[in-house]
Amino acid sequence: MSSQHASPMAPPRSFLWSRRIFLTLLTGFVLLPVYVMVSSSLKPLADVTGKFRWLPSGLTLRPYVDIWSTVPLARYFVNSLIVAGVATVASVVIAVFSAYAVSRYDFRGKRVFTVTVLSTQMFPGILFLLPLFLIYVNIGNATGIALFGSRGGLILTYLTFSLPFSIWMLIGYFDSVPRDLDEAALVDGCGPLGALFRVVVPAAVPGIVAVAVYAFMTAWGEVLFASVMTNDTTRTLAVGLQGYSTLNDVYWNQIMAASLVVSVPVVAGFLLLQRYLVAGLTAGAVK
Amino acid sequence: MTTTAPAAADVRKDSPGAAARDPRRPGRIRRIGLPYLLLLPALFLELLVHLVPMVIGIVMSFKELTQFYIRDWGAAPWSGLRNYRMSVDFDAPVGEALLHSFLVTIAFTVLSVGLCWLIGTTAAVYMQETFRGRGLLRALFLVPYALPVYAAVITWVFMFQHDNGLVNHVLHDQLHLTDKPSFWLIGDNSFYALLTVSVWKGWPFAFLIVMAGLQNIPGELYEAAALDGAGRWQQIRRITLPSLRPVNQVLVLVLFLWTFNDFNTPYVLFGKTAPAAADLISVHIYQASFVTWNFGTGSAMSVLLLLFLLVVTGVYLVLTSRGRRTSDV
Repeated sequence: MSSQHASPMAPPRSFLWSRRIFLTLLTGFVLLPVYVMVSSSLKPLADVTGKFRWLPSGLTLRPYVDIWSTVPLARYFVNSLIVAGVATVASVVIAVFSAYAVSRYDFRGKRVFTVTVLSTQMFPGILFLLPLFLIYVNIGNATGIALFGSRGGLILTYLTFSLPFSIWMLIGYFDSVPRDLDEAALVDGCGPLGALFRVVVPAAVPGIVAVAVYAFMTAWGEVLFASVMTNDTTRTLAVGLQGYSTLNDVYWNQIMAASLVVSVPVVAGFLLLQRYLVAGLTAGAVK
Repeated sequence: MTTTAPAAADVRKDSPGAAARDPRRPGRIRRIGLPYLLLLPALFLELLVHLVPMVIGIVMSFKELTQFYIRDWGAAPWSGLRNYRMSVDFDAPVGEALLHSFLVTIAFTVLSVGLCWLIGTTAAVYMQETFRGRGLLRALFLVPYALPVYAAVITWVFMFQHDNGLVNHVLHDQLHLTDKPSFWLIGDNSFYALLTVSVWKGWPFAFLIVMAGLQNIPGELYEAAALDGAGRWQQIRRITLPSLRPVNQVLVLVLFLWTFNDFNTPYVLFGKTAPAAADLISVHIYQASFVTWNFGTGSAMSVLLLLFLLVVTGVYLVLTSRGRRTSDV
């Protein structure tokens, strides 16, 4: 925290002015699409089919009513919530176990494990899209567990996507929790799992929150696998939102309203928890 | 080889509790087994979703896998290296298109990563010390990163529309910079449209990571530099930027891999077939596999892509790790 005040000396004018100019331009760049999204979602259809207007000719909440009937948005919403929610919880729990093992124990194959897990980050998603599809179909045929087209298959896929980064970040975080703490717990008669849940996890809350936010965003925003692995009943928002533009008319005001509605949960959650994210990254990933 | 010393250490630090609770041997076996037990779920999932599919993908790249064999892909005939030869035969249409897509992707990735890093680092350094409105600005800057890809990119699609988009309205109607409204999502302009969206979406991640990295720089360094008479700009050049090197090593690599493999942005921006000028490799392979129903060739292309990324990552890590202390994990 001491670096918050980078220097005891007042910064020179050149620094202040260049900062003002840079940050103003950047704010404009960042906010432009946000403004377009918000303002267009409140426009009547005529405003978004003709020439672009900075200001609506009249404000209307009509798009926010219509989005639910043009496509079954509520169903997609529920699907996304279930998929992203379950994937996040499972991913965090599994990442906590793995990171604890790597951070606190020495065992054969530890380095192989961490390197393999991390290297999956560089896999192009397209390489295992079709094989995974075949695996899910075959598991379904062999055991009767429907993975392809189901939420379960998507949950398994997404939770694995967020695992490598989550494990890596939590290893860094757990390493920063003093070992004396869990050794004291072990001496007091806690088992290794007791030490993990009573000592290490509480001390690593910022890191765990950061990982949860990351896992949820990964699952909420993924497009490629969602578009191949879902059907009409299990479709998520990532695919469902494209339903507004395949019709003869493109209801841009509704698309913008729907985009805003599906963004609110993640953006609000992200901004509320961003303090933890920075703290988690500081202690974990960038150390 | 590494097990003996740490195992001994384990026994030592556990001995007060362990001796009282359990006979020695079962306790030790449990302790040796425990890390594997903890890793089991992650291992299972990595195998199911990442590693086994990768192996199958590699096998498929040696097969003649067209739509006739999709129901029973094991029955597809072996084709040896034909898929690979086809992919890298740059005189034939398939190979030529792949090479073009590869070069477009490289140009796109270098520009996007460079700009994301530059903007993110500049913003983080400017916002290192508190000023009025810093918290609000920081939250605002993270919005593009927090937005779901499809929601953000579809907004850009609207802005890039030929007739009713904001971009043409500003450039043509208001600033009169162009003779007639331009097309942004088809033709050569699509490259710049893609780059703009990618940078808009990606720079906050660099900002976030650098911001976190800056907090680990001890304040005393700055105080000492100030006592030596170093001005603000000198402090940034002499202390801030060198201290960020280890952070940058990881950041640039992650940005590179994510940008190079990015599928979501071009897919939402252009749909299933991207214009030639913005034909990124992942969408190109998707198209080669799912639109033309030629999965063997698509897999061969993916394998080549993976090899390329492995080599680049390896070389990058060797080059950037030189002179840095090697740290574990």
